[in-house]
Amino acid sequence: MRFAEAWRVALDALRANRLRSGLTMLGVVIGVAAVVVLVAIGTGAKQEVESQVQGLGSNLLLVVPGKVSFGNAPTVSPMTMTDVDTVARIAGGRDRLTATLSSGETVRAGVNSKFTSVLGVLETTPTVFTRALAQGTYVSRSDVDTGRRVAVLGYGVAQKLFGDRDPVGLQMDVAGVRFRVVGVFAKLGQSLGVDRDDEVHIPITAAQRLLGTARVDALAIKAADATRLDLLSAQVTGELTHRHPGTEFSAVTQDQILGVLGKVLGVLTGVLAAIAGVSLLVGGVGVSNIMLVSVRERTREIGLRKAVGARTRDVTVQFLIEAVLLTTIGGITGLALGIGAAYLVAALSPVPAAITWWAITLAFGVSAAVGIIFGVVPAQRAGRLDPVIALRTE
Amino acid sequence: MSQAPAVEAVDVTREYQLGGVAVPALRGVSVTIRPGDYAAVLGPSGSGKSTLMHLLGGLDRPTSGTLRIAGRDVRELSATELAGLRNRTIGFVFQSFHLLARTSAVDNVALPLVYAGVRAGERRRRAEELLDRVGLGHRLRHRPGQLSGGEQQRVAIARALVTGPSLLLADEPTGNLDSATGAEVLGLLEQLNRESGVAVVVVTHDRDVAARASRQIRMRDGLVVA
Ligand SMILES: Nc1ncnc2c1ncn2[C@@H]1O[C@H](COP(=O)(O)OP(=O)(O)OP(=O)(O)O)[C@@H](O)[C@H]1O
Ligand SMILES: [Mg+2]
Repeated sequence: MRFAEAWRVALDALRANRLRSGLTMLGVVIGVAAVVVLVAIGTGAKQEVESQVQGLGSNLLLVVPGKVSFGNAPTVSPMTMTDVDTVARIAGGRDRLTATLSSGETVRAGVNSKFTSVLGVLETTPTVFTRALAQGTYVSRSDVDTGRRVAVLGYGVAQKLFGDRDPVGLQMDVAGVRFRVVGVFAKLGQSLGVDRDDEVHIPITAAQRLLGTARVDALAIKAADATRLDLLSAQVTGELTHRHPGTEFSAVTQDQILGVLGKVLGVLTGVLAAIAGVSLLVGGVGVSNIMLVSVRERTREIGLRKAVGARTRDVTVQFLIEAVLLTTIGGITGLALGIGAAYLVAALSPVPAAITWWAITLAFGVSAAVGIIFGVVPAQRAGRLDPVIALRTE
Repeated sequence: MSQAPAVEAVDVTREYQLGGVAVPALRGVSVTIRPGDYAAVLGPSGSGKSTLMHLLGGLDRPTSGTLRIAGRDVRELSATELAGLRNRTIGFVFQSFHLLARTSAVDNVALPLVYAGVRAGERRRRAEELLDRVGLGHRLRHRPGQLSGGEQQRVAIARALVTGPSLLLADEPTGNLDSATGAEVLGLLEQLNRESGVAVVVVTHDRDVAARASRQIRMRDGLVVA
């Protein structure tokens, strides 16, 4: 009953000073909204990256020269097609591996041209990475063996060069050299601002001739099962280092990539959320301030309540509820605003946003906690007021 | 009259600390109020009348001396216990009414019952009954701002009596009222004292009012002089 009265009085007090309550809440509203938006974007980006890395296929091992870390300049690869054959033997057959050589080049068909990423590949690429075709066929073994000038287009490239026409069998130029289109990939769409349909695959041998190199940039191995990944990784890097003394090779699994990306995105999200949290803190100080004003304004009321039998605790709880109500109403408003803003960001920009239950619970819990933390000093001050002095206050 | 006193003060003092200096407001006062008493407290301004009322009502504690409210020594009571004792056995009426502004008459009257842990329905019933007794049965939903000064003080009297206390303390209850309205309010206090036997202690500057009380407590410089 005392508790119900405390709720009633707290609500009434907030209603009596609508504008003041609203302005006080604003700090909490903005703080919570900012936390929710930033966490949503961070979580969304993380989920997107994860689904992409997992969408590549399973049990993958990516082998590149040099160290895999952020901020390291890529090493020029010493690998050649003989390395590919050697690694294929270790991996258990050519089907289990693909090699790539990539370069940015201009492609052209008639008057239409486009700068795109050209990837030299083995015919095994669609089985190592999960990749579906919309039309035609992929590069074949004999295409790779003979260095035939055939190309498989990303959906976006096909659209740009050929419009609505079926490009299979048509001619195009890659860096000024004539190629024949044999297939078109199924549409993948955008992710994190990157157009995943913006690429052209050609036989790696054709790419080497085009670029005037014998180089192979990277290898990707598909292990028979996950338990073999570690052993395979050691064997492959060991062999490659043996063949190219002085060059380090790295083999990374999807899990390792996910781990690194996840950590980076996690730290980023955390930092952004912490910055947003500061505004929540500022909001809390505002709540504290206004609660002190409220206590002062209602000193006589507090004295009267004590005179008719309110205990210290009754008064403290009443003001604490007022503070918590202030921040949780602000928190709920901020939450709604944050969710709205997150969806808006997701709709208007390539950045995805994911609202998670833990973020909602956190926002709610934090705003209630802000109310308690910043309300406790004013509430205790109210509870400890001497009734005689309080009643004499003008 | 051999009944147990409603409140009893024995050689009670109260000093205030003002900038490190002890200012005596009461300098050894002994007063006994018995059930059914109707006492008037008189004295010049600053003589300690309000200070005495606050002590008798358990709003304050004496610096020295013994104070027993409803037979209980306040020295032995915690703040929470004292709050409960005030709630059950004391009713206060103030010069400036002290009603909650945004709250209806009936909810103002019911306020002490909230802290007594009475259910909402019962609170309302008893508050309405008390308002009826002070002649405001037709003003239940009015807020203080919609009531005259005399009506407001009657709401305050109803609030003071709603928990059925044994002692009603009124500190200059007519101080903010014109003389006719003041006389009505004092008449109401007398009537309540007669009918329900609640002990009444009223601070007043009005000698006629004091003359109508069954006892006079005269104060001067923190002492009871007669
Ligand atoms: N909180 C306080 N701090 C210091 N001195 C105080 C305090 N409260 C009261 N006093 C002093 O105690 C003395 C008695 O005050 P009290 O209010 O009891 O007088 P009173 O008889 O009620 O006067 P009045 O008729 O003007 O209401 C006065 O001298 C007053 O200044
Ligand atoms: Mg006084």
